[in-house]
Amino acid sequence: MNLLIEAFQWLFSPERFGGSNAIPLRLEEHLFYSFASVAIAALIAIPLGFFIGHTGKGRDFAVGISGAARALPSFGLILLLVLLIGVTSIQLQIAAITAFVLLAIPSILAGAYAGIEAVDRRVIDSARAVGMTEWQILWKVEVPLGLPLLIGGVRAAMLQVVATATLAAYVGLGGLGIYIFRGLPLGLYDEMLGSALLIAALALVLDGIFALIQQFVVPRGVSAGRAKDVRTSSPRRRAVAATAAEQERG
Amino acid sequence: MTWILNNLDLIWELTVEHVRLSIVPIVLGFLISIPLGWFAYRFKLTRGILLSLAGVLYTIPSLALFVILPSLLGIPFLSELNITIALTLYAVAIMARSVADALASVDPAVRQSATAVGFGGWRRFWTVDFPLAGPVVLAGLRVAAVSTVSLVTVGILIGVDSLGYLFTNGFQRRILEEIFAGVVMTVIVALLIDRALVLLGRLLMPWTTVKKIKAGQPQPVTQGAAA
Repeated sequence: MNLLIEAFQWLFSPERFGGSNAIPLRLEEHLFYSFASVAIAALIAIPLGFFIGHTGKGRDFAVGISGAARALPSFGLILLLVLLIGVTSIQLQIAAITAFVLLAIPSILAGAYAGIEAVDRRVIDSARAVGMTEWQILWKVEVPLGLPLLIGGVRAAMLQVVATATLAAYVGLGGLGIYIFRGLPLGLYDEMLGSALLIAALALVLDGIFALIQQFVVPRGVSAGRAKDVRTSSPRRRAVAATAAEQERG
Repeated sequence: MTWILNNLDLIWELTVEHVRLSIVPIVLGFLISIPLGWFAYRFKLTRGILLSLAGVLYTIPSLALFVILPSLLGIPFLSELNITIALTLYAVAIMARSVADALASVDPAVRQSATAVGFGGWRRFWTVDFPLAGPVVLAGLRVAAVSTVSLVTVGILIGVDSLGYLFTNGFQRRILEEIFAGVVMTVIVALLIDRALVLLGRLLMPWTTVKKIKAGQPQPVTQGAAA
């Protein structure tokens, strides 16, 4: 518990809020890299995902890369790209953002195409039957219905990038991970724990925000008709009740 | 290629170490998530608590968790125990949810029939519910296994040698090939363990077709960070 108190003391000491290594500055960097990378990844993955979801073409490709990407070690990918592209400040940023984008694409792609694929085929057929064009079907039917899953994909991508951006401090990118890597060789445990708690809090807050957006984008008609998780009694009791009801009728 | 050819012994040694470090959390995570998943499936109250806890845990970035855990549990920071516990927690976070979903996917009619022919709760769980939930459990296990293999590499930052050693060493010595070898070997280990799990699944659940347990299906279970 002492460690925790020291960590909070480190976190809230006035020195943290001034100078070149101030927490707000590092937080800003962390957020910048995360949002910029997820935005770029979204620009690439969403149109592709919509295309795959709508036409059904290239589905195996999407499934394949979202599965294989999970096996890719993100730490190794960053180091590899930094060595490939270079270590000057601007090269470093390009390398890191490229790595983050590559890591973010699979989740967003999976969210985009799975959202559309999960739409009931009868709904799409009805839309076609009432004379909607393919373009209208995509934007007025498939996209709104698939939006929660798409946001879920963006949410997963964001978490992945926030976590990887922490590791990127190893190559000197900045961000909140820098305190962990600075404290590590010196054994400054208060600094490491304080920043680790901050990173965890950042991830949780971002996750919470995306969870809210995800709820918010469910079309009103869909949430009204959705069956709740009804499991109030054991199946056995329900079976007994059903049998009893049957007997009464009979 | 020269670096790789000259260091085959090192790569092999680290690969073996990597496999060992991955298997313990996968197996432990699987064993722990069965009772937890059952609780989450069976009782509404524990379902909310367990699944949100799992969600929170999986959201915490791995490096942060490696730093936070020792202070909570009083274990040494630079130790294998630290990453084993952290990775087991991640595995449980993924699998508890998939076990709960898997059990919920079993047809209630089958369950009732089992009860009707006289199966007790315990026997019904192991001989009816759990085998029928198998394919979905396996899907969760595969996700957990692959992400564990990739997370083991981060352990090098707290001094636990694995294929991640090739990343930091290669970076410090500016040897592109070395990092490349590390990335490729990590992916190969992940895919081999994944294949092994599929084969094991087919062996233990001969009634399932290949189609039912298709790889890489996007599932809600897989959302999370922990890079």
